[in-house]
Amino acid sequence: MQPDIIRIEGLERRYDMGGEIIHALRGVSLTISRNEYVAIMGPSGSGKSTMMNVLGCLDTPDAGSYWLNGQEVSQLTDDALARVRNKEIGFVFQTFNLLPRASALHNVELPLVYAGVSASGRSERARQALDRVGLGDRMHHRPNELSGGQRQRVAIARALVNDPSILLADEPTGNLDSNTSEEIMAVFAELHRLGQTVIMVTHEPDIAEHAERVVTLRDGRVESDRLNQESAA
Amino acid sequence: MALQTIWAQKLKSFFSLIGVLIGVTFLIAVVSIVQGMNVYVESAVTDEVGGVNSFQLRQRPNFTGGDVDEAQWRSWFRRPRISYEDSEYLRERMTVPATFANYCADRVTLEYDGRRASDIELRGTEESYFDLKAYELDAGRVFVRQEVRTGSPVVLLGFEVASRLFEGEDPLGKSVKIAGIPYRVIGVVESQGTLFGMSQDKFAIMPYSAPGRRLICPLNVMDELMIRPDNPQQLDAAVGEVEALMRARRQLKPDEANNFTIETADEALEFWDKISTVLFTALPLLVGISLVVGGIVIMNIMLMAVSERTREIGIRKAIGAKRGDILSQFVVEAATLSVTGAGIGILAGLGLAFVVKALTPFPAAVAPWSIGLGVTLGILVGVVAGVYPAIRASRLDPITALRAE
Ligand SMILES: Nc1ncnc2c1ncn2[C@@H]1O[C@H](COP(=O)(O)OP(=O)(O)OP(=O)(O)O)[C@@H](O)[C@H]1O
Ligand SMILES: [Mg+2]
Repeated sequence: MQPDIIRIEGLERRYDMGGEIIHALRGVSLTISRNEYVAIMGPSGSGKSTMMNVLGCLDTPDAGSYWLNGQEVSQLTDDALARVRNKEIGFVFQTFNLLPRASALHNVELPLVYAGVSASGRSERARQALDRVGLGDRMHHRPNELSGGQRQRVAIARALVNDPSILLADEPTGNLDSNTSEEIMAVFAELHRLGQTVIMVTHEPDIAEHAERVVTLRDGRVESDRLNQESAA
Repeated sequence: MALQTIWAQKLKSFFSLIGVLIGVTFLIAVVSIVQGMNVYVESAVTDEVGGVNSFQLRQRPNFTGGDVDEAQWRSWFRRPRISYEDSEYLRERMTVPATFANYCADRVTLEYDGRRASDIELRGTEESYFDLKAYELDAGRVFVRQEVRTGSPVVLLGFEVASRLFEGEDPLGKSVKIAGIPYRVIGVVESQGTLFGMSQDKFAIMPYSAPGRRLICPLNVMDELMIRPDNPQQLDAAVGEVEALMRARRQLKPDEANNFTIETADEALEFWDKISTVLFTALPLLVGISLVVGGIVIMNIMLMAVSERTREIGIRKAIGAKRGDILSQFVVEAATLSVTGAGIGILAGLGLAFVVKALTPFPAAVAPWSIGLGVTLGILVGVVAGVYPAIRASRLDPITALRAE
């Protein structure tokens, strides 16, 4: 077995909605190894996004532990978390979340800016990352000059540019048509083949097919955790 | 990047620029104008008085603050005028070694060969005047004691008068007419240039005793007696002595006020000093107010920018921006805005100063320190106004920020 890259235990997340407490996560425990390709499924409101945000250090849990690469993340300071988000995690959002006024190249360079990489190093690495997702010829376009699939590729290039330990994607194909979705899945498959750990939330079973392992959440708990037949075979 | 963002939000940026811009424009324009007026008034007054080391004995003040009522004017005009005898009396009794010059002046028209030069200041004085005014001659000579004593009809022309009447001809020895009386030109005074747009060369100088002296002063009296102690250190002593001698001569009792005026350059400048002090006190206040207003505008713009750009902040934090990174981004943006505002403000302020210079006789003496102060204040206001919104922005939780719409 590969070493654990992610280990969560008894993770809880509550939202206080004006007196009414919503339990988005009710004690989730999970272990993910290096180079795994995991799909997270489950009905709407089951807590998938909440869990991904905690895994991506964008949100902090109310209870439970989270070890990333053997490091207890919930104890970290704000700046240390920023460092983890910058170096260890690549996050791909359903809505892309690109800076609208910046070119594709500048969007991809941004994590390197915060990593303190020199201007020349930034531009070279950002170009390489864009090449990897097949967008080398569009790097001076702004997001609104790109198709949805192309925008998501820019977002993937941005997520990858700092060589993160894990790639997290919350419904990366949620805003894309099925052809484009397949293209994005091909990019993920290639990244996984090259050794990238990938965790992806999806509603669609045929997208989940691409993963090796499928974790299903229901009502803030893990309902099932199984290996895909194809990949297992 | 800061510039890019600012450019992208042109309109809002423009409005926030305005605050700082107005503050700085104001600062530079007012400082320039006040300083220019200072330079102007000081040299004009000093020139009029005859230099910083001289003073004048007069019937009434030449320079008055605007706050003189009619009763005051009337009492001044009731005073005895300064007479030739007063002048003789002082010269005989003064113990402080000094140079004296009787002086009287009025506007006249000069004629030569059908050409006329009007609105020329005809000055009646004596030979020591040239020394007191430190006039150099372009041509000819000054008049001598003998010519003053006999009242010779000789005249020296200011540079502009000479060139206007003679147009390249040699004026020396020629005869000009003033109110029908002929005078022989014996010299031309070197050009004094212009004092803030006004020619300083429109004058003619003759012995105060020359024929036609009634054109400028009634018989036996003068506008002023110019006095300069030979040793500048003795200015105060000389003033004191003149005052004491005049009081004795006019038999004033100890409780009676002087019925004459002694005007030094300092005294003449006093009235102006009052005004410029007020201006310089009010100035920081006005500039302060406009910069604070500018700062508040910038702060609001930045707060708006923060709530509008919460999503951007979320994105930046999600990919690893630390609090400090967000903070410095916003501070830099605010500073860029205010420095740009200050820059335009400097140009506008200079522009305004030059407009004033062009439309008024006042020079616009641009003070480098006002530009420095403008830039410093501009940056300060921008950074202070940028810090508060920036701190708020940097504290946001990434996921909270990302959800904002
Ligand atoms: N910021 C929030 N404030 C209050 N409640 C929240 C917040 N975010 C999530 N929730 C609630 O927590 C629960 C889990 O939400 P979450 O977004 O994790 O679901 P999800 O599985 O991602 O659903 P979907 O498939 O629709 O994206 C839901 O009941 C949701 O309403
Ligand atoms: Mg979700």
